[in-house]
Amino acid sequence: MTLIYPRESNAAHAPRLSPAYKSTVLRSPSKPLVIIPHTLSELTGPVYGHETVRENDNDLTIQHKGEPLGERIIVHGHVRDEDGRGVPNTLLEVWQANACGRYIHVVDQHPAPLDPNFTGAGRAQTDSNGYYRFVTIKPGAYPWGNHPNAWRPAHIHFSVFGHSFISRIVTQMYFPGDPLFTYDPIFNSVTDEKARMRMVSSFDIENTKPDWALCYRFDIVLRGRNATPLDND
Amino acid sequence: MSNITPSQTVGPYFKYGLTPGNDYAWNDAFGNDLVTPNVSGERIRIVGQVFDGEGKVIPDSMLEIWQADAQGRFADPQDTRAMPNAAFKGFGRCGTDAKGGFEFRTIKPGPVPGPGGKPQAPHILLAVFARGMTQQAITRIYFEDEAANAADPILTLVPADRRTTLIAKREQGVTYRFDVHLQGDRETVFFDL
Repeated sequence: MTLIYPRESNAAHAPRLSPAYKSTVLRSPSKPLVIIPHTLSELTGPVYGHETVRENDNDLTIQHKGEPLGERIIVHGHVRDEDGRGVPNTLLEVWQANACGRYIHVVDQHPAPLDPNFTGAGRAQTDSNGYYRFVTIKPGAYPWGNHPNAWRPAHIHFSVFGHSFISRIVTQMYFPGDPLFTYDPIFNSVTDEKARMRMVSSFDIENTKPDWALCYRFDIVLRGRNATPLDND
Repeated sequence: MSNITPSQTVGPYFKYGLTPGNDYAWNDAFGNDLVTPNVSGERIRIVGQVFDGEGKVIPDSMLEIWQADAQGRFADPQDTRAMPNAAFKGFGRCGTDAKGGFEFRTIKPGPVPGPGGKPQAPHILLAVFARGMTQQAITRIYFEDEAANAADPILTLVPADRRTTLIAKREQGVTYRFDVHLQGDRETVFFDL
């Protein structure tokens, strides 16, 4: 399979300088990026080394002695390329705050309690169809210092690899109907509304487990299309 | 407009999930030491710091590297020239410390074919992620002691007065220094891919 990576696809991303999100001001390049052809270096990527994923790494509710507090949820979906084909055997890494909006990271100063039964980190590999599944706790919103009364909407961070170094993406999954969307400069740094809404999961009643967990679907589309075959092939 | 999922910042709190080291009780998927027993090639260290537009160190960034083995082959079946060198994975990850510092232990990559089959000088891809970055910034690490740099088909696309930002300086022994400046007069060249 040969994939091509149209540059136009990058238009979905947020501008690197998004001043309402203040820390972009000193951390975005001020000179033009240099356009270069995609060489073997960019068109390949790490496909080995995922053996560190353990059987239960995709269940964030069973990593400690007891069960974490909060709303138990299933988050699942497909990782696909721009032509809609599933991306098989690719690594996903997730991290998130607990139900109170507190991260276990030592730098987090939010005065909400840690949960002794919740770390908030997980990993999964997509199957041969590009499907993945996590079990976790719905994260809480949390305050941050960007501007007065700034709160992040509930979100789960996703890191995904895909077919190559340039399909690699780090993003955030949001929950449908969050009232904080309007006020969040990180969510709104993605200026195209359709693109922005692709970061919002959908409530999935069909896959909700009765008496156990609600379910959300989050499909991820990575860069990469099938190369158009030449006429004389 | 394409239908891809947009990127979002890695934020300030990725460490316990992505670069736990010994600081958090979570197994590392990737580390900053790429050297495996019996791997061929010259063992090198790459050290550096990451700076913002005011020259302040960035203590909360994450760096990922991707490179070929000493024969210039990638550990990816998409590289069909030869069987990948299974002893060397070619991918590493490191968070910056309180001084913005990072370190990778790896091997010097061999030359990789470029556009039109023209060889590229030995190089390592480097992606920088951080709070305040809406997507990763991708650059390349070249080596100052490689004569092939002069004819490299990618370096020659970079304005001449900025090429030095992509050249790692050999310090002592097998250590190369490569500082990353996200913005400003000394800004590192980043690529539009």
